[in-house]
Amino acid sequence: MTAPAAAPPFHRPGDLGEALRLLAAHPEAVPVAGGTDLMVAVNYRLTRPAAMLDLTRIGELRAWSDAGDAIRIGSGVPYTRIVAELATVLPGLAAAARTVGSPQIRNRGTLGGNLATASPAGDGHPPLLATGADIEIASTRGTRTVPVAAFFTGPKRSVLQPGELITSVIVPKAAGPQQFLKVGTRNAMVIAVCSLAVALDLETRRLGTGIGSAGPTPLTAPEADLIELPWTRPGLFNDALAEEFGRRVAAAARPIDDVRGTAAYRRHALAVCAARALRRVWTAAHGTESTR
Amino acid sequence: MPEPANPTGPAPAMTPTPPTRAAGGVGTPPLGTGGVGSSPARPDAEAKVNGAFDYASDLSFPGMLWGHTLRSPHPRARIRSIDTTAAQAIPGVEAVLTAADVPGKLHYGLIEDDQPVLSLGEVNYQGEPVAIVAAGSLDVARRAAELIEVDYELLEPRCDPEDALEAGSFFRYQPVRLGDPDAQVPAAVVAREYVVGMQDQAPLGPESGAAVPTADGGVELYVATQWVHSDLEQIAPCLGLEPDRIHIAIAGIGGAFGAREDLSVQVHMAMLALATGRPVKMMYDRAESFVGHVHRHPARMRYEHAADADGKLLYVKARIVLDGGAYASTTEAVVGNAASLAVGPYEVEHVSVDAWGARTNNPPCGAMRGFGGVQTCFAYESQMDALAEALGLSPVEFRRRNAVAQGSKLITGQIVDAYDPERADDGRPFSPLADMLGRFKEIPVPAVPAGRDIVDLPGGTGNTTHGEGVRRGVGYGVGLKNVCYSEGFDDYSTASVRVERVDGQTVAFVHTAAAEVGQGHWSLQAQIARTELGVDRVELLPNDTKAGSAGSSSASRQSYMTGGAVKAACEAVRELLRDRDLADGPVEATRVFRHRETKPMDPVTGQGESHVQLALCVHRATVDVDIELGLVKVVDLTCVQDVGKIMNPAALEGQIHGGTAQGLGLAVMEEMITEQGRVRNASFTDYLIPTILDMPPMRLRIVENADPEAPYGLRGAGEPPTLSSTPAIVAAIRDATGLALTQIPVRPEHLTAHLGRQP
Ligand SMILES: Cc1cc2nc3c(=O)[nH]c(=O)nc-3n(C[C@H](O)[C@H](O)[C@H](O)COP(=O)(O)OP(=O)(O)OC[C@H]3O[C@@H](n4cnc5c(N)ncnc54)[C@H](O)[C@@H]3O)c2cc1C
Repeated sequence: MTAPAAAPPFHRPGDLGEALRLLAAHPEAVPVAGGTDLMVAVNYRLTRPAAMLDLTRIGELRAWSDAGDAIRIGSGVPYTRIVAELATVLPGLAAAARTVGSPQIRNRGTLGGNLATASPAGDGHPPLLATGADIEIASTRGTRTVPVAAFFTGPKRSVLQPGELITSVIVPKAAGPQQFLKVGTRNAMVIAVCSLAVALDLETRRLGTGIGSAGPTPLTAPEADLIELPWTRPGLFNDALAEEFGRRVAAAARPIDDVRGTAAYRRHALAVCAARALRRVWTAAHGTESTR
Repeated sequence: MPEPANPTGPAPAMTPTPPTRAAGGVGTPPLGTGGVGSSPARPDAEAKVNGAFDYASDLSFPGMLWGHTLRSPHPRARIRSIDTTAAQAIPGVEAVLTAADVPGKLHYGLIEDDQPVLSLGEVNYQGEPVAIVAAGSLDVARRAAELIEVDYELLEPRCDPEDALEAGSFFRYQPVRLGDPDAQVPAAVVAREYVVGMQDQAPLGPESGAAVPTADGGVELYVATQWVHSDLEQIAPCLGLEPDRIHIAIAGIGGAFGAREDLSVQVHMAMLALATGRPVKMMYDRAESFVGHVHRHPARMRYEHAADADGKLLYVKARIVLDGGAYASTTEAVVGNAASLAVGPYEVEHVSVDAWGARTNNPPCGAMRGFGGVQTCFAYESQMDALAEALGLSPVEFRRRNAVAQGSKLITGQIVDAYDPERADDGRPFSPLADMLGRFKEIPVPAVPAGRDIVDLPGGTGNTTHGEGVRRGVGYGVGLKNVCYSEGFDDYSTASVRVERVDGQTVAFVHTAAAEVGQGHWSLQAQIARTELGVDRVELLPNDTKAGSAGSSSASRQSYMTGGAVKAACEAVRELLRDRDLADGPVEATRVFRHRETKPMDPVTGQGESHVQLALCVHRATVDVDIELGLVKVVDLTCVQDVGKIMNPAALEGQIHGGTAQGLGLAVMEEMITEQGRVRNASFTDYLIPTILDMPPMRLRIVENADPEAPYGLRGAGEPPTLSSTPAIVAAIRDATGLALTQIPVRPEHLTAHLGRQP
């Protein structure tokens, strides 16, 4: 490829403070982390950044830390590290990270980029919704925290304002089994036709759900989360319950027909995935195969 | 580039990837090895693995401009006006050209000259080139193209091929008539309609090349193409130049599969180079590539198969409608193949086939691996399974009973020959197909392993099943493909071989115009030279129009045709060396190789010995299907293929693996989706091709029934696996699900729609 007549400025801040100041001074600068969404858009000429702000040298964005009952993941931690380092504490997110693209994409792609792109199909989103994660956002004006369920405002739109960077994602540690299921027409490296995350919290006895690729934004399924589970007599869990959960998840979805699949298929697949996910987490939590 | 000691012509200022690029030239396998039947390291292997290989997209010339094409966003429109003023005004823009600037003939085409170089006031498909720009950078060229103002009057596109047929808009109609199907009294009949989606060749290297003006007013082209001489024949008249003023050399090809048979960048970049007096490079991006080349014809086929009580085919009726899209390309020949191979390798005496290639406003379709054999193979193999089931026979047994044998006739009257006439099966004529089908007994279907990882299950890393809903299925598919061009076409090939002493070593220089498209043809030429001449060192000269025509690297024909030409030239050199001494100077010979003559198909009955050679491949697929989610994992593909003679084991396996994978793609995922003539998924995000997790390891059994007509007895091997893997996989999915499945690619919703679970 040839370079454009004059290469746009490429800012390379070394720490977060510098990054935020640069962004405030150059509001036209587009942040770039792994570049796996942005550069595709550039190649397809959907966007033509006037300047770029490279986030990969900012150490604090590329680290995660233990914050007691949650893990604070720097927005620039690539998927490969989420899979390798966080699978035990955040099994749902790690399972989702494992499904992103190919090894090369997972080596570069980040949760921050996934969130900022705010695609309804982003695989990072359902597990964050299922566990009630918080997004930490910073600018020279200060820092704010947004619950992930309030982060997405439409297809490829979020609450992120000009001058703001996602600094970290605060994900509660798993307090029970979690599952992530992604349906695609290829066995790897595929954009989700639909996806589903389920997290069972054994301490609060709550269920959390996140739906991907079946609505204008990633969705929660509050009605499904409220399904009554036989906590006191786990052996009473049965297929009817799993299927009812599936129906409620499907009902929460707002899918459309597109080249990747039909709305009807998406609803059907979500129902199947949800029933399977609930069976799996329940069985994992209570040790035995449920009655089928 | 290590220059050959004495090249046949002056090296151009900037040569494209020459075959001898890899260090050590074609490689120097251990002395006395590397001949026919072995797998010497490919000359391009190392560079392709370490990234050093020069693809056409890597071409670069001093002072080079970039060309870009403005294409119609509409499938059908009249152009009222084109205003290039704003585009011309951008700094860095050196030329903006439209149809008015075409120096010569306004149309080109592989068979019929119906494709406008640049649109002549009407566009007939989305993506039709309207104007071209040259500028100092690709970015500027693209921006300039965006500023060209085209005033379109939108017209209603014709997108349904049936409507086109009704309106008499088609490229070819070819019937085949044999016996009297309507007079037969069958024991079992199955009639079904099949649908095949539009597949794309999806070569990883996009269309690319460069044109360099020469001092004499001519032009040199470096381009990734499958057949330089056909390019030359089409380019020269459009440029208004004598062919001898144009030199074309093949630049590094990143896959072809038929997509590089039609012209793409050739005339456009040459026009821009001639207009600006500077080298011009063109390179499509992925989205443009998807509309910048032809695709595999989508098809609708209605088949009726009938059998008698003994399980013998009684008659076949077929109505085959291929959608050729807006321009002719190779549709005419594709229809010929679809019609002549409509029943496959089975004996049947009563046949009625009607095959059409419709003209619509959909994307133009033309050559793709399998070339008209793929669509019908899916239909007739599905029918064979359905009829076997109706008769209570196993799919293998029913096929065995009807398999062609030595001396059988295809539905065109063509005699199945070139098998060992002495050989017999239980006193009956030898049937290579029956023999191949029998070999699966020795290779059991794989057992379901205990403790599978999710990547071994349908849905893969998606973690959709841990075994829930998974059913296994097994299916067979047989394909019959013609090798070389058919219906009277003389697709000869030419090779020059020169032997001389260089630094005390005997070196053979081989010069042909044959395209190395990844199939390993460079290796093959060197192997033949080693075997025929007993030399160790072979140097391949650049593949260009200085050599005679080698024909196309398509139709599974290059081993046969250019292999045959190299062999003939080597034999001639050997003959000359009987009474010449290399110490006195080089010895050189050029030979043209031709296959046996073929005949056109009769326009009314379809009868005629239209094909040169026939090649067979059989697949058995084992799949696991998640029947609740409709997701498929192909867990095993076992293949028995008759290749006549194994010329290069490694390259052959590569061809079978690759062809099989492309067939797998068509079976379960690959489809260009169009909506009223507009392509909806022109990207690798949504046009999915199989990954390593989709394509299982293969087990191969190679059969060598030599063809006495062909060099070394070989049979073309590149296409047959593409035919048979698709129906085998779909048959396996049927076996797992119990569904009829008459449409490919099989999509998850096809497998789950019946569940009626949608709330
Ligand atoms: C081949 C391929 C396969 C893919 N497969 C998948 C898949 O399976 N699932 C999936 O979900 N995605 C997939 N993607 C998309 C992409 O990889 C992911 O969305 C990834 O998470 C993007 O992260 P990134 O760091 O590369 O983002 P970038 O491309 O660097 O940035 C994306 C956007 O986010 C902004 N941004 C980045 N970081 C920040 C920040 N810290 N604060 C504010 N804004 C920021 C950028 O300005 C840009 O607008 C795929 C992409 C490719 C090319």
